[in-house]
Amino acid sequence: MKQKRRFIIWIIVLFALILGFSLFALCAGQFSISPARVFAELFGFPGVQEGKDNVSTVIFNIRIPRIIMSLVAGAGLASSGAAFQSLFANPLATPDTLGVANGASFGACLGILLGGGSVQVQLLALLFGALAVSLVFLVTGRMGSRRNSILMIILAGLVISSVFSALVSLINYVADPQDVLPVITFWLLGRFSGVTRISMLFGIPLILLGTVIVFLLRFRLNALSLPEDEARSLGINLKLIRVLVVAAASMTTAAVVSTCGVIGWVGLLIPHISRMLFGNDNRYVVPSSILSGALFMLLVDTLARCVTAAEIPVSIVTAVIGAPVFILLLRRTGGLKL
Amino acid sequence: MSLEVNAGTFSYDKEHPVLMDITFSAQPGEVVAILGPNGAGKTTLLKCILGFLPWESGYTSLEGKKIQEWKRNDLWKYISYVPQAREPAFSYRTEDMILLGRSPYLGNFSVPGKKDLEIVEQVMETAGISHLAGKNCSEISGGELQLVLIARALAAQPKLMILDEPESGLDFRNQLVVLELLKRLSHDDGLSIIINTHYPDHALRIADHSLLLYKNSIHLFGRTEHILTPEHMKAAFHVDIAVHHELIDGREYPTVIPLRLSENSRSDPEKETR
Repeated sequence: MKQKRRFIIWIIVLFALILGFSLFALCAGQFSISPARVFAELFGFPGVQEGKDNVSTVIFNIRIPRIIMSLVAGAGLASSGAAFQSLFANPLATPDTLGVANGASFGACLGILLGGGSVQVQLLALLFGALAVSLVFLVTGRMGSRRNSILMIILAGLVISSVFSALVSLINYVADPQDVLPVITFWLLGRFSGVTRISMLFGIPLILLGTVIVFLLRFRLNALSLPEDEARSLGINLKLIRVLVVAAASMTTAAVVSTCGVIGWVGLLIPHISRMLFGNDNRYVVPSSILSGALFMLLVDTLARCVTAAEIPVSIVTAVIGAPVFILLLRRTGGLKL
Repeated sequence: MSLEVNAGTFSYDKEHPVLMDITFSAQPGEVVAILGPNGAGKTTLLKCILGFLPWESGYTSLEGKKIQEWKRNDLWKYISYVPQAREPAFSYRTEDMILLGRSPYLGNFSVPGKKDLEIVEQVMETAGISHLAGKNCSEISGGELQLVLIARALAAQPKLMILDEPESGLDFRNQLVVLELLKRLSHDDGLSIIINTHYPDHALRIADHSLLLYKNSIHLFGRTEHILTPEHMKAAFHVDIAVHHELIDGREYPTVIPLRLSENSRSDPEKETR
């Protein structure tokens, strides 16, 4: 039970860190605000001028929504990564294994190319994300009815994924390099800057719903990574659980991509950090991934917007920070216990 | 619980039936061993019994009720399946692996509770692997992993256990551990047990009844000592066989001695299905 105590402490630490860094992120930025002022604004201390000036606009209209968005996106990506890894019994699976992210990217790029507003772009992204998953299952036929069906699904995902990635390249190729291409490029590397309120209103509930479903299914995920017959002999409705996991994790991924663009690495890196700390039991991996994913994303976004005057795309920061952290952890924990 | 297979027939392709008209049963407190040469369909038979592969005709019934008619959760509370030990893609700690055996009792959205953990402790003791607690399944030997899988099956507190070659690949000691455990579970605790095995000795040692599969989809079922005779085994395996009974300390130990390949014993390549 030492494991369990360690886990509870880790969860508490993560919560505290998230809270602490959220406050820090409220203060930090090109327009820095003193912690005292932030507290005053947050809790409406008397003695502060009524909140219609710049500072409160920055805090309430820009930073708080952005912090919430990055926390939710990180939690969603990390949990769906963990879910896909168990579903496919493959430690290299990521939220994009089924081609959802590439499908959604294509939808969004198409939207941007056609000059759509943020809502159109987002809806197209969700639509094509869903289309990508549907195509995968159309290709593989009925789920769970064949030997090696999982391998077939991964293969189909790979194929569909590369088709959409080619289509994205096509859009890049034809896009106007003066004004459209930069938008697309920035979007393909992930960003929290252009997220509008209305797109958050679409995106966040979908991400949270998917994440909650994965969280609730965490014990079932353990059985899911066993060979098919074994999982079935544990009395599990394999078809139902697989469909639920795919739907939840894909929805999360598509919703993140449709709101914040393509954010790499989180779905692979964060679950594995959790595995290194607590082993492969998803009762630990999933909650730990949700919270560390949220924290990681918040850190990354804060860096992305603070380090230079121009924002750095999120995916660049996730890779640049993620890779060394991952290697450091690999060395310190003596590798993956897969 | 009694399990019955009634006239079960199965083929991977229509031309070559693997299993034809299989009929046998396992009663409470009884061990049934399934033997046969490679490719005779032993593993296929287990999959058909469990419903992982559909019988083309015939059926499996548990307590007189066809298994398709059982509710999924109920069925897997009564039947446990122990696959051949293979290291899983993600290795869990032994007790977490065994905990998965409690799955039939848990809803999709729930996690195991205190009672489940207690049962895990109990079955680890029953299987004699309490010392493996805290170890990762990737760190233990194949024999130990097999015992973990048996413990996982026991965690469901089943009335019937079906094991796929539970003692192959194990050393002498672990073979005995597994065999003695199975014998105890059936004779003392009243479980019905069905095992696939490559060792006629083991069947003679613990099985009350045996099912001998031939490659040409013939089969024999009956009391083990009537089925596993040198004549029958010669016909099934194309090997000349002697059965020797060693009397040691007042107890009889049957030993099967393969003497030589039989004359005209080329196996028919046509039948090399799986």
